Amino acid sequence: MAKMRMNQAITAALADEMREDPSVMVMGEDIAAAGGPFKTSDGLLEEFGPLRVRDTPISEMGFTGAAVGASAMGLRPVVEIMFVEFLGVALDALVTEAAKFRYLSNGQVTCPMVVRASVGSGLGFGCQHSQTLENWVSATPGLKVVSPSDPQTAYGLMRAAVRDPDPVIVLEPRPLYAQRGEVVTGEEGILEIGKARIVRTGSAATLVTLGQTTGIAIAAAESADLDVEIVDLLTLVPWDMQTVLDSVLKTGRLIVVEASPASGGWGSEILASVTSRAFGSLKAAPFRITSPDVPVPYAKDLEARYLTEPDEIVTQVSEYLRTGLSPEPWWIREGVAR
Amino acid sequence: MTTETRSALERRRALTGDPVEQYARMVEIRELEERVNGLFAAGTIHGTTHLCMGQEALAVGLASVLRPTDTVTATYRGHGVALALGMTPHTVLAEIMGRAEGCTGGVGGSMHLCDMSVGLLPTFAIIGAGMPVAVGAALAHQNRNEDSVSVAVFGDGAANIGAFHEALNLAAVWNLPVVFLLDNNVYGEYSRINLTTPFEDLYVRATSYGIPGEAVDGMDIQAVQGALEVAIARARAGDGPSLIEAKTYRFAGHSRADTAPYRPEGELEQWRNRDPLLVTRNSILAARTADETQLDAVEVEVRSELGRVVAEVELLPAPGVEAMFNNIYAPQGAQS
Repeated sequence: MAKMRMNQAITAALADEMREDPSVMVMGEDIAAAGGPFKTSDGLLEEFGPLRVRDTPISEMGFTGAAVGASAMGLRPVVEIMFVEFLGVALDALVTEAAKFRYLSNGQVTCPMVVRASVGSGLGFGCQHSQTLENWVSATPGLKVVSPSDPQTAYGLMRAAVRDPDPVIVLEPRPLYAQRGEVVTGEEGILEIGKARIVRTGSAATLVTLGQTTGIAIAAAESADLDVEIVDLLTLVPWDMQTVLDSVLKTGRLIVVEASPASGGWGSEILASVTSRAFGSLKAAPFRITSPDVPVPYAKDLEARYLTEPDEIVTQVSEYLRTGLSPEPWWIREGVAR
Repeated sequence: MTTETRSALERRRALTGDPVEQYARMVEIRELEERVNGLFAAGTIHGTTHLCMGQEALAVGLASVLRPTDTVTATYRGHGVALALGMTPHTVLAEIMGRAEGCTGGVGGSMHLCDMSVGLLPTFAIIGAGMPVAVGAALAHQNRNEDSVSVAVFGDGAANIGAFHEALNLAAVWNLPVVFLLDNNVYGEYSRINLTTPFEDLYVRATSYGIPGEAVDGMDIQAVQGALEVAIARARAGDGPSLIEAKTYRFAGHSRADTAPYRPEGELEQWRNRDPLLVTRNSILAARTADETQLDAVEVEVRSELGRVVAEVELLPAPGVEAMFNNIYAPQGAQS
């Protein structure tokens, strides 16, 4: 057990995997000599050398495709996409190649690669560097998608992702890199992909969260002493339906909290699946708390409202529990948008 | 019954240093393409296909100088490369016809051929996508200190996509053992190269990345072999990547639906005079490696063998419905 920041936990996970398995290598822009733009690979170059820790040109299509080829030939490459938006130019390698190689080779070729990408708003980076974009990668069979919510889960999911036999995308909430916490390292610290965790127990409603919204939901619940159960999904593909269902069957109410625009968000999938399976046990209609359907705005006060704040969760959950009806989002309640 | 009993690896090894075997393989590719074309026209096969008639010297030239432990990325116009590298007509045709015995079990189709026993990664149906992947395969060879190389086969159309430039740049800065083999068949889908590219010699683009670039007569298997031998040896020795542009010509249209009405008059006929099968046959005769009678017998044997393969594959069962659910993720608990 050691206290570390989330970026240090990621570095520690990579280092531990690299020590155990010589086929693990990392590459990305400024991840070697500079230790990573977010210091998620600090010291790896010194310990593992320039073949296994590679600075790349600004060339996401090139090096993500290279990771596909390297993993097909038996390496376990971990690629860093500095901001998840940069994945746009590399999506082909992931969605069309990595996700399909096992299928298109009758199992002869696999791609045990990891794509790490920083996501999320709140740091004033503007709308091309602040999205979470889970839906770019969550609708392609063949890919797995995880997202940590603190240093421990960052460590545990990263090690599991590197060991996984299939391509795994790790969406790392950028605003959490500096968050500190106790981290159990070593084998005991490794998490299982596909397993959610209950971070708060309660009986009135189930809040399903992912990445950055986990901490926001916990803060909300603590500040107003809400009697809610919070399920931190951790893995988006394949998501842990059983844990979510069990919780909803207990509470009878489901709320999903997302850090992305409402349209096409991952929470729709959760709502649809749970509603279809647990309709008779629901005490109220499930609903989602999301960001509005807008690009992430820059001005500080606007950006602060883009990502749902704890107070807004308190307002919405309290109204929901009181009335049994799904509350309107703030932008409709305040009459600023439809 | 099929009389071909050799494995893909044995078929591959048979090509090395044997011009008659190489000629036989080129004839096999041409014959398979013609039969596939006929089967599509007759509606026996559904979907689409992309024929490589006119480009056989590149495929067989490559396969005859590359080791089976080397890695190849190729394209959706890949029947020729797959057969040349060693895959049997039975496996290739079964895949094209969507049969369970195809190389992917029938879930891939014409554009998706693969056999790692001869180093062929799943062929790419996305223009240019194979190049960064070949770079990554070379990276794996470099990191493991192997003397294997990778070869990216791609068309002239791919030279205008970002992946080409990113792959060449990455291979150059990391000094990777990869050979970029550009199959310039003059057409990118339905467009002649002059309409899409400022010049028709693409090997010069190697200069931008500080690596050797060379153009060769892609209709002449010996020219292809000669250039590749140099580039492969260079990569194997750790001296880095090269770009080789083989000047070929696509005798067929882009895909099944395309009859290529856009060709300038006489262009096809002019290139057909330099049909790679004809060039190879003449060079074998000139070298007295075999005589007319022997080569005629090779052709008859290959063609009748293909006839047997077609008849056999047509009778094979389609995959069971469970096949579509296999090989998406590793089986539970698997480590690779």
